[in-house]
Amino acid sequence: MTNKNPGAQLRLQRFFGQNETILLLVLLAMVTAITAVSPRFLGPENLFSILLSASYTGIFAIGFLLVLVSGGLDVSFTAVATVAQYAMGTVLLANPDISPALALLIPLLVGMALGSLNALLIHYLSAPPIIITIANLNIFFGLLQFITGGEWLNGFPEWFDHFPQTYVLSFENADGVKYGLSVIVMIWLAVAVVAGVLMHYFKAGRKLYAMGGNLEAARRAGIDILRYRIFAYGFLGFCAGLGGMVHTLITQTVVPNTLVGHEFDVVAAVVLGGASIFGGSGTVVGTVLGVGLLAVLSNALTIMKVPTYWHEVFVGAIVILSITITTLSALAARNREKKYHAQ
Amino acid sequence: MSDFIAMRHVTKNYAGVQALKDIDFQLKRGEIHCLCGENGSGKSTLIKILSGVVKPDEGSEITIDGRVFPHLSAHEALEQGVRVIYQDLALFPNLTVKENIAFQSFSEKGSPMVSWNQVEKTARGAMSLIGLDLDLNRLTGTLPIAQQQLVEITRALIGEPKLLVLDEPTASLTRKEVNALFEVIFRLKSRGVTTMFVSHKLNEVFEIAERVTVLRDGERIGEYVPSEIDHKKLVFLMTGRKYESALPSPVDPLAPNLLEVKNLTRNGEFTDLSFTVKKGEIVGITGLLGSGRTELALAIFGMTVPDSGSLLLEGKAIKPRSNSDAKKLGIGYVPEDRLRQGVIQAQSILDNMSLTVLEKLKTTLGLLDKQKMKTDAQTWVKDLQIKIPSLDSSVKTLSGGNQQKVVLSKWLATNPKLLILDEPTIGIDVLAKNGVHDLVKKLATKGIGIILISDEIPEVLSNCHRVLVMQKGRFVHELVPGPDAERDLLENFNLS
Ligand SMILES: Nc1ncnc2c1ncn2[C@@H]1O[C@H](COP(=O)(O)OP(=O)(O)OP(=O)(O)O)[C@@H](O)[C@H]1O
Ligand SMILES: [Mg+2]
Repeated sequence: MTNKNPGAQLRLQRFFGQNETILLLVLLAMVTAITAVSPRFLGPENLFSILLSASYTGIFAIGFLLVLVSGGLDVSFTAVATVAQYAMGTVLLANPDISPALALLIPLLVGMALGSLNALLIHYLSAPPIIITIANLNIFFGLLQFITGGEWLNGFPEWFDHFPQTYVLSFENADGVKYGLSVIVMIWLAVAVVAGVLMHYFKAGRKLYAMGGNLEAARRAGIDILRYRIFAYGFLGFCAGLGGMVHTLITQTVVPNTLVGHEFDVVAAVVLGGASIFGGSGTVVGTVLGVGLLAVLSNALTIMKVPTYWHEVFVGAIVILSITITTLSALAARNREKKYHAQ
Repeated sequence: MSDFIAMRHVTKNYAGVQALKDIDFQLKRGEIHCLCGENGSGKSTLIKILSGVVKPDEGSEITIDGRVFPHLSAHEALEQGVRVIYQDLALFPNLTVKENIAFQSFSEKGSPMVSWNQVEKTARGAMSLIGLDLDLNRLTGTLPIAQQQLVEITRALIGEPKLLVLDEPTASLTRKEVNALFEVIFRLKSRGVTTMFVSHKLNEVFEIAERVTVLRDGERIGEYVPSEIDHKKLVFLMTGRKYESALPSPVDPLAPNLLEVKNLTRNGEFTDLSFTVKKGEIVGITGLLGSGRTELALAIFGMTVPDSGSLLLEGKAIKPRSNSDAKKLGIGYVPEDRLRQGVIQAQSILDNMSLTVLEKLKTTLGLLDKQKMKTDAQTWVKDLQIKIPSLDSSVKTLSGGNQQKVVLSKWLATNPKLLILDEPTIGIDVLAKNGVHDLVKKLATKGIGIILISDEIPEVLSNCHRVLVMQKGRFVHELVPGPDAERDLLENFNLS
């Protein structure tokens, strides 16, 4: 290398080699391309609606990221979310006058409890998390169907109905219909900001990265593994409850199987966001971008009237592609660092 | 001086293996104490018990600073100022250098937030203690193994260490780095820090130890003052046996060239290297870490492609492009970084040993000859004196040194024409080291050509026919071991 300032060049390469940067560029390129084909796409109305419909996936994804970073895995969160939805829905229908704060607290508590249960089982049985959580996915969901008989819940109180139409920014379109940035999207962003700060600026977050990087070393460093497992899985449970709540707010119904079966969309977004499936790496910004990218893609496919089964093929292909790219760019980064430091 | 740490009646049983039997062990405040013993004698286990990572059996007693700890936890040990550098490094490869070094400041006490400024300051301060200069923002997993070890050592200096435990810290360090480490140990000693040290390099033990405790097969043999024993006596205490080593038998002057390397260059790694290895010849390559020795080995083994120059094996030009190419040509390579590249930790010893030779173990029907697989493996276990519970145990339950022997046997089993050994005896105890050296010499008499890469000058001088000295990617000297060789290397190349 004949560059006069190899350090600066390395920093530049580090920056552009970063997943987040690449993702952002891809996202922008995609938005531009889609807009060229279908100008309607870039309108604020469509963008706000994409954000709203991606919000619960986005919330799940942040919880999932924390578990993944800590070296764990949990695929039961959709079932947890559904249980939380039913708990909230049942209480709301039985006591329509319940205070909104209390009603909205229910799914969060249910989610945290079930998430922590996952952590305890994984810890004490020292079994692979994928097995435990697949089992719990089936148990939670099976019991739920048995207890509720698969009944649909709707007809919630008025405040519940109006909640998603609470706008932070609002506009009116040509037909005089109100639209805007829903407070629900802000809930997603708030969770993202909290998690982002937690993962970077709090000791607890760094300990999750440490556990995912080398569990034995984490143990030797005196980290209370059980405690932080409960923290990670409990947080995912919280996000599952919150995501379930948001989903109910958007759809105004509770149905047994709209969430279960869609775990992979969340996994895909997180992996696309650059998190390693082996744990120890991944960022909140990457995850948010990953969710955004998949949401834009799916919206574009819908606008272009591509049949839905193609969406699934695309999502699958994107996961394979992004794992490939992550692996290759990690290799490239390694070589780059080696070359630079050899000088 | 009072006893800083007292361990009494320490016993540890693993399923089927008694790692420690009723051990008494004391450390005085501020002393430098070495723990000696063969591979698998229980050194690492004792250390892990002292640091609260492994729970001893009932009846064991641990006293630190006068306080009895009935169930010492890793956290309590840390709080008491016990800092351990483990044989198998305990770093976080996914975190940066500074975070790894300062990780202990992330304890539950104090603010729940991370101050990145403080992390950087702490890391910089600790690095300057041992004169280390690494890129603080680099991911630790991308560092070469020796530098990772330095990160681990630096990390132990954070906070208020009262006891520094080093489990074979010098295994992959060069002499220069070892000197720096010893300086740190002396500096800490002057501040009242106790050091406990494990090393298979006995000259190091004599260099710094004030007391030595010897373990053999999980039992405490005794405690000694180095000035009252010598090298031979210590070996005898550790092994219960005496050993002699012989020089390699001379090479047949008419033996044909096995390997010819001509003007081999790979930009940024090594430049214009030419040398030959005859059949039955053992050629040593030495030089400081980073001199390009390993890179040369990787190029001959087909793992990297040289930019120019040529390789001839038995007179024919070869261009290995992968390790399996090289293996087919009859080139074997025992890598330096065995913990990471060498073994599959979770698999059995038997499977690990057979991995490289599956082809040869096939019966005419194409099935694996399980019986031959077993008998071959047993032969290696005997030849290299590998201490294992059974061939079916997983490699990760073995002591560090015994893991290395498993890898070594795996490559020796391929029966190559040319064998490249990169630091083959790191972390192996004296007797086994001798076993490896004897084996290497025996392989040479069978006509195998051997390239022995090593930092340890005595190792190359007493086992090679010829020694090449490498510096910054070039050969700078060639010598034939003789009475003056050691002084020559020390004075002219600062190698010792
Ligand atoms: N987790 C484990 N499970 C079963 N056996 C074990 C385990 N850890 C260690 N051992 C056994 O305990 C004995 C002592 O091992 P230890 O690691 O303490 O030896 P060491 O003296 O440190 O050897 P080395 O010099 O090779 O590092 C060995 O026989 C080893 O196989
Ligand atoms: Mg050991």
